[in-house]
Order: sequence, then C-alpha cells, then structure tokens
Amino acid sequence: MVRYILERLVYMFITLLLIATLTFFLMKLLPGTPLSAADKLSEEQQAIVLEKYGLNDPVPVQYFNYITGLFQGDLGLSFQFDNREVSTILLERMGPSMTLGAQALLFGTIIGMLLGLIAAIYHNGFLDYGSTFIAVVGKSIPSFVFAGILQFYLGVQWGLFPVALWEGWEYTVLPTIALAIFPIAIAARYMRTEMLEVLGSDFITTARAKGVNRFGVVFKHGLRNALIPLVTIIGPLAVSLMTGTLVIENIFSVPGIGEQFVKSINTNDYPIIMGTTLFFSFLFILIILIIDLLYGLIDPRIRLTEGD
Amino acid sequence: MKKSNWLLLVLALALSMFLAACSGGGDESADDGSGEGSEDTEQQEGNEGEEGTSGDSEQVLNLSDTADIPTMDSSMATDTVAFQWLGSTKDGLYRLDENANAEPGIAKDHTMSEDGTTYTFNLREDANWSNGDPVTANDFVYAWQRAVNPDTGSEYGPYMMSGVIKNAEAISTGEMEVSELGVTAVDDYTLEVQLEQPTPYFESLTAFGTFLPLNQSFVEEQGDSYAQEAESLLSNGPFKFESWDQGEGWTVVKNEEYWDAENVQLDEINVNVVKDTATGVNLYNSGEIDRTNLSSEFVDEYRSSEEFQIKDEPTLFYLKMNQTGDILSNVNARKAIQYAINKQDMTDVILNNGSKPSTGHMPEGFVSSPGTDEGFREMNGDLVTYDLEKAKEHWATAKEELGMDSIELEYLGGDTETAKKLDAYIKDQLEQLEGLTVNVSSVPFEVRLERDTNMNYQLQFAGWGPDYIDPNTFLNMWLTDGGNNHTGYASEEYDSLINEANTDLAQEPEARWDNFLEAEKLLMDDAVLAPLYQRSLAQLQKPYVKGVYVNPMGADYTYKYAYIEGK
Repeated sequence: MVRYILERLVYMFITLLLIATLTFFLMKLLPGTPLSAADKLSEEQQAIVLEKYGLNDPVPVQYFNYITGLFQGDLGLSFQFDNREVSTILLERMGPSMTLGAQALLFGTIIGMLLGLIAAIYHNGFLDYGSTFIAVVGKSIPSFVFAGILQFYLGVQWGLFPVALWEGWEYTVLPTIALAIFPIAIAARYMRTEMLEVLGSDFITTARAKGVNRFGVVFKHGLRNALIPLVTIIGPLAVSLMTGTLVIENIFSVPGIGEQFVKSINTNDYPIIMGTTLFFSFLFILIILIIDLLYGLIDPRIRLTEGD
Repeated sequence: MKKSNWLLLVLALALSMFLAACSGGGDESADDGSGEGSEDTEQQEGNEGEEGTSGDSEQVLNLSDTADIPTMDSSMATDTVAFQWLGSTKDGLYRLDENANAEPGIAKDHTMSEDGTTYTFNLREDANWSNGDPVTANDFVYAWQRAVNPDTGSEYGPYMMSGVIKNAEAISTGEMEVSELGVTAVDDYTLEVQLEQPTPYFESLTAFGTFLPLNQSFVEEQGDSYAQEAESLLSNGPFKFESWDQGEGWTVVKNEEYWDAENVQLDEINVNVVKDTATGVNLYNSGEIDRTNLSSEFVDEYRSSEEFQIKDEPTLFYLKMNQTGDILSNVNARKAIQYAINKQDMTDVILNNGSKPSTGHMPEGFVSSPGTDEGFREMNGDLVTYDLEKAKEHWATAKEELGMDSIELEYLGGDTETAKKLDAYIKDQLEQLEGLTVNVSSVPFEVRLERDTNMNYQLQFAGWGPDYIDPNTFLNMWLTDGGNNHTGYASEEYDSLINEANTDLAQEPEARWDNFLEAEKLLMDDAVLAPLYQRSLAQLQKPYVKGVYVNPMGADYTYKYAYIEGK
C-alpha cells in the first residue's frame, strides 16, 4: 500500500512538471505583453519595462528560470497586481471558491442522492418521473440562469438572503444553491441507475425474502454498492466546483479564484496563469489519488492487497 | 409512512424551485452579457446605502466598482480604478474643481517664468500625511524621480512626463541620471519645475495620479510591500484607507489630518467589487449601493426613473483608415466611408446608453476657448455627418480613380458582445456603397494593438480618451511620427499647425487655440479617420447623494465635497 502511494506520488510529480512545461510554452503563444499601457509607450520604453520582469530573455531561458523558481517554492510576482506574490493572491482567492465549492458539493450530492434513491425505490412511479425530471432540468439549464432567478426572488423580491457580496456565512447561501444544481442532477442520475441495478440483484431478493423491510434493504444493503460509480464522478466534480466558477462568482460578487484566473489570461499575467494552472492540476491529481484509495474502502473487491 | 411524506415535501419544494426557474429563464438570460465597448471600461460605481440609517443622514456613501484596485502605488498605476482612489486619498499640487479647472491642492499658488518653462510652486505649510509627517517639496521630487526611473518599471511615469518635464525621456531610457530630472526642492515649501517646452496644460496635469507626492521615508521603509494593503499606505488627501480586501472591496474614511478636512463632509465611503451589471442593479434596488451603471438592455427599463442619469465622458470612438494600403490611400474612398454611417441610429439603438454621434475629433464639453469660453466642438461645428448621397458620390469617384468595380476591405474589430454588434452594424452601413464588401475580423484587444502597431489592417475600430485637458491630447497623435498615428497619415501642413501650437504659440493661448481648430478641420478634410461616437455612461444614482463632481480625466469622480442629504 505504502509503495503504491509512493509510486503514485512520483507519477504525480512528473505529471505536474509536464503540465507546467506545456502551459508555459502555450502561454507564451498568447498575443501581447503584460503591459497595460503598451499603446502609450515607445518601443524603447516598453523594452525597459519588460527587461525589468525578465521578459526580454529567450523563452527557453524564461522557462528555465521559472522552473528553477518553482523548485524553490517561488511562484513569482503578479504583473497586474503590481508585484504582489502569486502565492498570496492564490491563497486569498482560493478561500471563497473552496468554501462555496465544498458547500455545494456536500449539499448537492446529499440532495441528489436522496432524489436518486426515491426514484429508484418508487421505480416507474410518479416520484420517479418527478425526480428524473428535476435531474434533466438541472443538468440542462445553465447555472447562471438559476443564479439570476435565485438572486432576484430570494434576494431582491423576498429579501430572504443577501443579494450579493461576501460579508459572512449568509452571503454564501444563494451562490451555494446555484452551484449545487449541477451536482444534484448528476448525483440523482447516477444514484437512480445504480440503485435500480443493485436492487435487482440476488442478494437483495434474499434480504427481502428474509424479511428485511424496504428501507432497511435500500440503506443497509443497496446504498454501499451503489456508491462506487458516484465516488468516481465526485472527484472531478469536487475539483471543478472548488476551483471556482467565473459566472457564479461574478453574479454574486464573490472574490474567488475563477474570475481571477480568466482575468489573468486576458491581461497576460504569466505568473498568475502558471500558478493557478499548477494549483488546479495539483488538486485534480491529488483528488484522483484519494478516490483510488477510497475505492478500496468502499469495495473490498478492488482492494490492493497483493504483495504488501 | 411518515418518511415518505417528508420525502414528498422535499420533492415538492425542489420541484417548485425548478419550475420557477424554467418560467423565469427567458428574461434573466439577458442579464449576463453586459459587455462594454472599449479598452478603458473598468469604471463603474454605485453608492451603497449602508445599513445604519437613523433619523439624520449618516455621511456614508456606498459604491461599487467593476474591478479591483490593481495597485495603489501612484508610480505604477495605469487604470481608472487606481486613479480614482489615488485621487480620493491624495492631493497633488493642484486638484480639479467642479468645472475641471485647477484649484489649489498642496500648492497654494505658483509663478511661471517668462519663457513658460519654469514653474515655481509655493506649497502650503499646513498639509500633513496621515502619519503626521508634513508634506514637503521633497515628496514631489522623490515621487516624480521614482516614476521616471527605469528601475521602477513604471509605464505611466515615462508616458506622462516624457516631453513635459525636463530630461524625463532621457532618464526613462537610462541615458541620464535620475537626479537630472527637472524638478528641485528649493526649500521645504518651494518646488521648482523645469519643463522641456512651455506646456499650457501643465497645471491640470499636476492633478493627475502619476504626479502625486510620495513620502520618501515611508515608501522606503515599506519597500516591496508599499501600497499593497491598507496598512502600507499613506494619505494626504480628503480620505484615507481603512481596509482593503483584494477581490472584495475597500473602505476609505475621512482623513482628519487633511489640510482641508473642514470641507470634507463624508465620514466613510465603502466600495464593493461588483462585476455583473444585473447584480449591480439588484444591489441598487435593494439599497445596498447608492449608484450603479446600466448596460443598454437596462436603459429602457429605467430611462423614465428620476434616479436615471447620463454621465458624459470625453472618450471618442472612430474608424482608423490605413492609408498605406492601395484602396484607402484614395481620399475619396476614405471620405465615402466617413459619410456612409448613420451614427444617430447607432447610438440610439445599439449603444442606447446616452452616447452621442461624434462629428469631429474633439469630444463635446471637453475644452473651451481661452478667449470666449465657447466650446471647441461648438466652434468647429459638425464636421462629418451622415450623408449617404455624398458618400455615394465620393465612392463613385473613388472607384473611377482606382479603376475598380468591386472592392473588398478588411475590418478589424473587438471581440466583446457590444463590439460585435457595432461591427455588424457598421459593415451593413458601409455596404450601402455599391460594390463594397466588408470582411469583419473580431480579435482580442491585444491582437488589435499589435496589428495597429504593425499597420497590418485596412479599417479599424479604435478609441481614445484624454490624458490631460487640452486639445493637444486628441490632435498630436496624428503627427507624421505620432506614436499612435499608425495610419500612414503624413501632412506637413498638419504637422506645422500642431508643432507651432506647442512651440511658438505655446504662450499665446488664443492663437494656439485657432491652430487646433484649423488642425481638426484639416484632419477631417483629409479623411484620416471616420468619427463614430462619444461614449456616455447610463447610471442610476440615489437622490440623497449630493455634491459628486465628474471629471474628464484622472479620477472620474471627486468625492471631497460630496454629502448625503435626506436619506
């Protein structure tokens, strides 16, 4: 087990290095410079400013410098925010995005799983169609539409929650719900399909025959078996939720990372682009590793026992 | 049984939410695309009504901005948000008053040498920084030297000071020592400034962000962390920073150390970063902010409201025409393009935010004659208006002269929503000219800039906002070697008009003014560009917000004299 994890960590490192390299060279293909007043300076003056940031060096040299810095834990300084440390900006902006993402994931999967369960239990009944309908709607209507509606009704019209901004827990409610729509839909669909399959298995029939009641069968015997596919998709879902969403963050004025990432690309803020990409990739790879380990806990059949 | 009832309830609730969502979907989807047209669009404000409203009006203004403050370091600032809050927390030598004229700031008054190249400013002795240090002449010397010093990496320092302050250009390219800059502290309260040449607009320039003073010992003590958070900032202006959270917003409070504190009425200004226009409107309606900008789709809804207002801006948009190409080197072809676009419909229908058709290359209400106080635009009149007949005539002549029947032109436009709408409209208008096909390329701003610099375009949608209050800021860019000309326009007559205005006539405001009038006419006559519109901003502002001045350059708004009444 330990060897397996170590092996995975080595691969993780190589993957990150590859991502860093690829991103760096792709990023250098972006047109323009990080200068914000390029149109107002003479070429000579532009060159002097670029020199200060080491942007006049050949790209391979810049790459080498960047990677060297990276190994020393230095992500560099932001251009658009006048020399603020990239790591500081990332930390500040990740907080709100991760809070929202985690809340939406928790809320979304629990509600989604409940919906899926109901649908499976009342298979082909009214409740089944109802919950399937919700899942389809949730998956097909974009979250910014929900966000706008939530903001208008719950915020402006009924005054139940703050309209936007970021000043306390109550400010997270509306963006969390808006973000949760997607995980609700996904979880509900997976849960229903898997549960139906599991409920048709022989061991369930056996359990029923032994007199275990309907809910006992579902929760005790069915749920654990139906969880595996769900765990597979929750990983990537978690990352995409926690790395922030441009649209939701803009609509609710959340100071998150999603918006910042897009802006850094538009302004050629190279260090922020690199820092954010690497951080997102790291999260992704880490989550995949965790999920692989989780499989073993949930399903003994996948447990890695051979050898050590 | 109980359990399933509970589940039913949850389901019903969830369902109702989704159904509500479906029915409302149509009108909400429009909220999202609040694109704006041009490069300097950062600016958006709103005043927020803070919670605590007791009997008497609390002197708290609540605003929003569409972007973060990238930096509060006056040497490094390049954008409207930074200049706005630098202007609110710092006083330069002069400030801009209600009519954009210079009013005393840290300088009480000044004298100018006879040749107009040496200014001696007398500074007030009662001005202090928010840490109690006095504001002295050295603070200006240090700040200006820092701004042009190549080691600082400033963009606006070299840009604003080159050709104005003596030796600034040579210092910015490393050819001269920083100490050679034409600014010296004669004593603590006397500042002497040497200019390259007489600069009639120099007074108003000293109100601009890049020229603000810096407290040397404080800046050096803070080192790299200077101006990165509320604690690493000093103020010598009406307000000072209390808190500043990146991405979220900031709060400035009245600066009790300010020399003119008795005339400052607001106790506090809160600013939140709100990027989405629909969100801004929702926050405004729920009383969280006191002012918000409207995009065109909201204008019709609020136009009749008493809180609706139009903020005029001196920013112009126009088509640049590259004269080095074989078609647009023909002056008749360029003239046809000038006259073929119905600009009134464009501003009324597509922009729908109070923007006005522009008929020359000087915004309305920007500068007025030194003699009669009549506006530049009024004096020169509408030089280029929509006239399809005239356009067609010029076009026919052009086709004949070129010996071509069908002509294709490439049109370089922006990639925002509004830009695409405008470009499609302009294409449609231009194609009223028989045999003309316009191919629109929508590219990101950076690409457009690059192609502009390399003159790799035929027609280009471009914009320009002023850097100081003087006709020169719009007209000197079309000099033969003008840094932003990039059209291939080279006219000796035009060059001599502008150069004369800035040298021989620099001390004779009225004759200088006439030169500029003449130059603009020539520019339109030579059909260097096709004027499109002057941008305005539609906004909502609560009626209890009073005394906010709008400026044509630098900080967009002056809050020094603002107050809340009758909230």
